[in-house]
Order: sequence, then structure tokens, then C-alpha cells
Amino acid sequence: MEWLQQLINGISLGSIYALIALGYTMVYGIIKLINFAHGEVFMIGAFIGYISIAGWGLGFFPALLLSMTVCAVIGVVIERIAYKRLRNATRIAALITAIGVSLLIQNGVIYLRGAQPAAYPDVFANKSFNLFGAQISTQAILILSVSVVLMLILQFVVHKTKIGKAMRAVSYDAEAAKLMGINVDNTISATFAIGSALAGAAGVIFGIYYTKIDPLMGVIPGLKAFVAAVLGGIGIIPGAVAGGLVLGVVETVVSALGFSPWRDAAAFIILILILIFKPSGLFGKNTREKV
Amino acid sequence: MMKKSKQFWGFTILAIAIFVAIQFMISGGFLNNFYSNTLIFMAINIMLAVSLHLVIGITGQFSLGHAGFLAVGAYVSAIMTMKLDLPFFAAILIAGIAAALAGLVVGIPSLRLRGDYLAIATLGFAEIIRIIFMNMDYVGEAAGMQVTHLTTWTYTFICLFVTILVIVNFTNSRHGRACIAIRENEIAADAMGINTTYYKVLAFAIGSFFAGVAGALYAHNFYIIQPSNFGFLKSIDILIYVVLGGLGSLSGAIVATILLTIVSTFLQDYPETRMIIYSLVLIIVMLYRPKGLMGKMEFTDYLKMWMRPKGGSQHEQ
Repeated sequence: MEWLQQLINGISLGSIYALIALGYTMVYGIIKLINFAHGEVFMIGAFIGYISIAGWGLGFFPALLLSMTVCAVIGVVIERIAYKRLRNATRIAALITAIGVSLLIQNGVIYLRGAQPAAYPDVFANKSFNLFGAQISTQAILILSVSVVLMLILQFVVHKTKIGKAMRAVSYDAEAAKLMGINVDNTISATFAIGSALAGAAGVIFGIYYTKIDPLMGVIPGLKAFVAAVLGGIGIIPGAVAGGLVLGVVETVVSALGFSPWRDAAAFIILILILIFKPSGLFGKNTREKV
Repeated sequence: MMKKSKQFWGFTILAIAIFVAIQFMISGGFLNNFYSNTLIFMAINIMLAVSLHLVIGITGQFSLGHAGFLAVGAYVSAIMTMKLDLPFFAAILIAGIAAALAGLVVGIPSLRLRGDYLAIATLGFAEIIRIIFMNMDYVGEAAGMQVTHLTTWTYTFICLFVTILVIVNFTNSRHGRACIAIRENEIAADAMGINTTYYKVLAFAIGSFFAGVAGALYAHNFYIIQPSNFGFLKSIDILIYVVLGGLGSLSGAIVATILLTIVSTFLQDYPETRMIIYSLVLIIVMLYRPKGLMGKMEFTDYLKMWMRPKGGSQHEQ
């Protein structure tokens, strides 16, 4: 039953991608910006979790909450300082700024603490149990359940609360939303806060699962989460979750087949195929560009 | 016609003067190894910046994968000289052609995409190119490949001269105007009867060709090439030169490259500080001067404005 085990590993990895991809997709949906700094927020989340568990002796859940809160604040600060002025600028200018913010955070963290990796402390005794012959670790279950709970909360916020309604309205048509009395600036900030909080949670989970974090850890998962967002159809929340899970499973399968050096290439090949054949993503609708 | 040829000869004479002056300083021993190496490095960077300028600044196609073509050029030229014992100039040419072919392979499918989708697709392609080299036993996998030092100031300068000449002439030709039309408004250009796909792919292939040539010089200047030299960050490095100088300004790209190469040479021992400065420059320029330092203006435009200060058509946009 090795396959079942690989599948579960893939889903655990995929749920981390999904959590990051949600932030990408929400931000893209609302201001059409690929927030390259999102991977760095994920990295900061991992480090805050590390500091609060190893340094201050907090438990897993307080650390998770703390990390999510701090990341939400950081996300809003990034948006207010770097992106707000660029809302009417060209897409390229916004994209370059996002790359700049990403490099700044990476190198700022390296400058402050050095580039050496840190070993994540064990918060859970990692037991594994047997399910239909597959060894399943409690950590995999934990990751999965935390991700599912967070996604359910997100679904609730987006569809049942006032701020969620505002977010959907702004992403549909920002001008009309403004005319209806929605505070567009605050809504965009809220989107960044929620997306960044999810990335922070993903960072803590990633640290616990892979036990090693470093200041450049956000780059590759960030890019892959973006691939996941595109795969599912960027701007579509269930799409990001599905894309993340598919990507995680594909990567695990590629590794399991003995092509692990090509694992990173698999994600990019998926990206290119999807961009060429169905740029709107698995869940997206085709839109015509108007002159 | 007259005006253009005057510009051309002026440029050629200036280039020969710079070349002779620096060659004289190198052979006369006024410049030590460190400085001449920095000059060669600067020239390679200028070639990269100018070739990316053609893709981003002139044609308006946002590519984040220029380092991929640099890698193709570097590895192909290294294989040519190290494994097949070809002379260096042949290796440079083959490297350019190989990179141009890679540019076609990447460009034909991905140039149908626009804006940030194109950026991400080119980024993905560059990563795939890097991962291929990283898993190729023939070129030493992740450990890299030993390359002899063959790059000289003469080779570098000739390549740089040809690069700038070709790209300037291309920009000023009918084809270049078609590319500028695509940058300004792709749909309108299409409606005017410009074959947009053809010109986008053409500009992309020419840009890749010169990135490949730069890659050949790069490989034979550093004794060793490793896949990690050609990652995402290298693409960003090149992008910063072009963006800082002004999207659409060739002389701006050259000036920015010279400035940033000097800065990064002095900060070589402090890579984080260098990157922090780079990223801050990038953010601040984008926030307060999104056109870049020179916008779409060239040095010759400033010269004209200065010679004719009153009246006339001063069209700064």
C-alpha cells in the first residue's frame, strides 16, 4: 500500500501549497497583482513560529495564531507602503515592485540573522499508525486538518460575512463597488491580511513538517503555489485549493517514480502546459479581451 | 538617410576611441587585472541589458527568463570549446544561434500570452532550462563545468559593439517600428496589419541570440559555470538594469548597467547589502519614477533638445 502513503504525503504537501496559493489567488482576484512577496510572508510566518516555539516555549496553536496575526499585519503594511500607490500604474511596474519587496524581505532577513538554516523544534511526538497497510504520521493528519479548518473558515468569511461580500464585490468591479459605498482600500487591505495570515499558517506547518527553515525557503514554494493558483484558475478560491492538491500529488508521484531531481521541473511544466492550453485554469471561464 | 549614417559613423568612431583607449590602458599596465575584469564583466552585463531591452523596452514583452538564454549560451559555448575543441569565435557564434533557437522554442508558445502570464511562463521556462542543465551528466550536473579562460577585452568589445549596432539598427528599422507599435498597443498594431506574433518572436529570438553570445563570454571569463549561476536572481539582475535605465531607453539601460556594475563590484563582499540596495532602488524607482531614470529618452534626444532649446517639437512623454 505504498501508493496510499504517497497519496497522503502528496495531499499534505499539496495542502501547504493550497494555503499559500489562496493568498495569491485572492490578491490577484482583487487587484490583478502577482504578489511575489507572498512567498516571503510565508517564510516570515515560519520564522515567527520558530521563534515562538523554540524561543518562548509556546505551544503549537498559540504559535500558529501569533504567526498568522503578525503575517496579517506584515501583509497589510506591504500593501499600504508598496502597492497602494501603484494601483493605477502599469502591471509591469506593479510586478517589478513586488519582486523588489520580495528581494528586500529575503535579504533583510539574511542581513538580520544570517543565511544559515534553523532546525524546527518538535512540538508533536511524531507517531505513525497503520491504515490499510500504509504508515501515516500524525503530522500529516495534523497538517491536513489544520489546512481544512482554515479553508472552511475562509469559505465562511468570503461567503457569509460582510467583509467577504465586499471582497467579492471589489474583485468583480472595483469602481461600482466604490459607488455602492464600499471602502475599497480597507477591503483590499483585508484581503492582504487574510491571504498573508494563511501564508503564515502555511509557514508554521511547513516548518513542522520539513523541520528545516531558512531565509530563502519562500522562493520555491511561493513560485509553486503560484503555479497552483494558475492551475486552478487565478482569482478563484476553490481553484487554488484544487490546484495546490493536484500539484502536491503530482510532485510526490514524480519523486516516487524515481525522478526526484526533476520534481521542481514538473511544476513548471504543468504551469507552461496550462498557460498554453487553458490560461484561465481548470476552474476558470474563458474571457474575451475587449478592445 | 544622411542623418542616420552620420549617427552611425559617430557611434563607430566613439566606439573605436573607447576601445583603443582601454586597450592601451590594459596593455600599458594602467589597469590591473581587477579593473580589466570589471570592465569585461560590465560589457557582458551591457550586452545582457541591451538584449533584454529589445524584448521588454522595445517590444513590450515582459520576460523574466533572460538568464535561461544566458545559460544556454554559456553551456553550449563551453561544450564547443571544452569538449569539441572548436575555436572561441565559432563557439560564440554557435552559442548565440543555440540561444536564439531556445528563444524560438520558448517564444513561439509563450508569446501568445500577455503581461504577467508571459512573465511567469518565461520564468518557468528559464527554471526548466536550469533544471535540465542541473541533471545533465555531460555538463557536470550541479557541480558545474570547468571552462578555460578565453574571454579577452578585444572579444568582449567586438561582441558588445555588434550587439549595440544590431539592436540600434533593428530599432530604427521598419521592423523596430513594428515592435514599438506592438509595445504601445498590440491590438491597434494588429489592426494596422502588423504580424504581431512574428515580430514578437523575432525580437525575442534576437534578444536571446545576444544573451547567448553574452553567455559564451560569461562562461569563458569565470573558469567554472554552475547551474546556480543562472537562476531567477540572475534574470532579476538583468531586469533591474533595464528597468532602472528606463523601459524603452537603450542609453538608459547602458548607463544603469555601468552604475550598478560599479556598485555591485564594490559591494562584492557584502551580497546581502548589495541585494538590499538593489531591491530598495527597484521599489523606490517604481514608486516615484515608474518610467525609470531616462524614460523612453535616449542620449541623442537630450542632445537634440539641448541644441535646440527654444520652440520646435519637444515631445517628452
